[in-house]
Amino acid sequence: MSRSTTSTVAAPAVSAADVGPTSDHMRLAGYWACFRGIVWREVLRFLHQRERFLSALVRPLVWLFIFAAGFRQVLGVSIIPPYQSYVLYETFVTPGLVGMILLFNAMQSSLSMVYDRETGAMRTLLVSPFPRSFLLTSKIIGGVAVAMLQAYVFLAVAYYWEIEPGAPPIPLPFGFAIPHPFAGYITVAPALFLSGLMLGALALFMSSVIRQLENFAGVMNFVIFPMFFASSALYPLWRIKESSPLLYEICRLNPFTYVVELIRFGYHGQVDWVSLAVVLGCTVLFLGAAIYAYNPSKGLIGRRGGPGAGA
Amino acid sequence: MMPASVQPRDTAAAMEALSVSGVSHAFGDRKALDGVSLTVPHGTFVVLLGLNGAGKSTLFSLITRLYDNVSGEIRILGHDVRRRPTAALQRLGVVFQSRTLDTDLTLIQNLQYHAALHGLSGRDAQQRCRAALERVGLTDRADAKVRALSGGQARRVEIARSLLQRPSLLLLDEPTVGLDIGSRESVMNIVRSLVAKEGMGVLWATHLIDEIAPTDQIVLLHKGRILYTGGVPGFIGAAGADSVRNAFRKLTGTSASAESDVE
Repeated sequence: MSRSTTSTVAAPAVSAADVGPTSDHMRLAGYWACFRGIVWREVLRFLHQRERFLSALVRPLVWLFIFAAGFRQVLGVSIIPPYQSYVLYETFVTPGLVGMILLFNAMQSSLSMVYDRETGAMRTLLVSPFPRSFLLTSKIIGGVAVAMLQAYVFLAVAYYWEIEPGAPPIPLPFGFAIPHPFAGYITVAPALFLSGLMLGALALFMSSVIRQLENFAGVMNFVIFPMFFASSALYPLWRIKESSPLLYEICRLNPFTYVVELIRFGYHGQVDWVSLAVVLGCTVLFLGAAIYAYNPSKGLIGRRGGPGAGA
Repeated sequence: MMPASVQPRDTAAAMEALSVSGVSHAFGDRKALDGVSLTVPHGTFVVLLGLNGAGKSTLFSLITRLYDNVSGEIRILGHDVRRRPTAALQRLGVVFQSRTLDTDLTLIQNLQYHAALHGLSGRDAQQRCRAALERVGLTDRADAKVRALSGGQARRVEIARSLLQRPSLLLLDEPTVGLDIGSRESVMNIVRSLVAKEGMGVLWATHLIDEIAPTDQIVLLHKGRILYTGGVPGFIGAAGADSVRNAFRKLTGTSASAESDVE
């Protein structure tokens, strides 16, 4: 009792002296500088890895040009929201492929985090005096920035393949408006950001659980492929229901389905509220789990020994 | 200026750049650290001497708060690492054992990233980065990619990076591993001049006996326990040996062959 009284009285004096000479750069401007620095590093690193950029772009384009062209004849897509008319399979699959870019990118950054942790770059990040939850969230947002960059390059190529977003024009003041095809690129942005955040948080949590670098093959087999194929990315859910009710239920439980739908609707200037709610909920859940896993006192790293624990 | 403005409750602890007391840590059943206590006063070069697996890296993980110490207390300039991590970590510079620079980025980009991690930006950050590079004698390589550097140069960049936040305590985890003799010397000289000129407290973890200077403080860590703390003459005396090398062998009970394994 007396102890707590003492500390309450002493608190202002101590904290003022405590923050002392370095206080000015630890305030809001410091947070902003830190956030900007982390995102800037992710983007810079990505731009320097040309092979990564190319493969990230080629993968969805191969799907679009080859897979979709073949499926076009086999699979008719009937009128389902958000579409108001029959659409070509290419148009249907494009949001799914954008989701694929986000998914791959998040898992790749999870890989880089396992790798980072081994080389110590993750430790460099975590030794920063800013709160760890802030650092980890900034790191995820850096990954999202990279993923969105890729998604937009992909959508630009798709535009020349005559795949256009279906969003109505966005009215601006003074009678101006963002015209039809371009409006969709703006309305899809929040969906991309939120989806990237959710997948990035999931990947970050996984990075704290996976120990070895080699396990990325396992991540491919057990996370990326099931998530991608058991979703509405490649075929509409009613189609899946016709062939397998069980698979349909799995797809409905897969958060990636809602990522794809959120992007699909956003691309067409609409909001799918169910998807928005699911993606938001999963983001909070995964982010919480990731921050917990990296928490120095409660998390998994202390118990498992963390990087370089052998010595 | 910095130490004067710090007013921790415990004045004795404020005299130390680092104080570790009664810290134990276990991974499952394996006890990595057992009741470890040590201090690094300002302006002192402390060698944390131990074989691989002695617990040096675990201790570093705890001091840098990768994970929390469950028992005991760690204070950096009087700030408890667990209770007030922000204040503690602000005054800490670290050079990790593994290479932690982005090899595709330039020296200056690497330093700018680290400055940002400490909330520094703009002209202030620019100046600090330039000054830090000058300190380690790499100003002319500022725009070179890290990939193009030698191992010793990369280490010097990492030291420059750890100085950006103007730390009072510098931790180095086996910083000379894999470096040739010339690079080792230049890294040691830079760090020793920081101790002499800036009054920085340095904790230098190593298993290489020839890195110890006669004026250094030694902390001998073996299998998670501290076997000796104090000056070099006392170290030799405590073992009843004729040299640091033999004292180290005697105290840790390692034969010459075991040691060459380590090398």
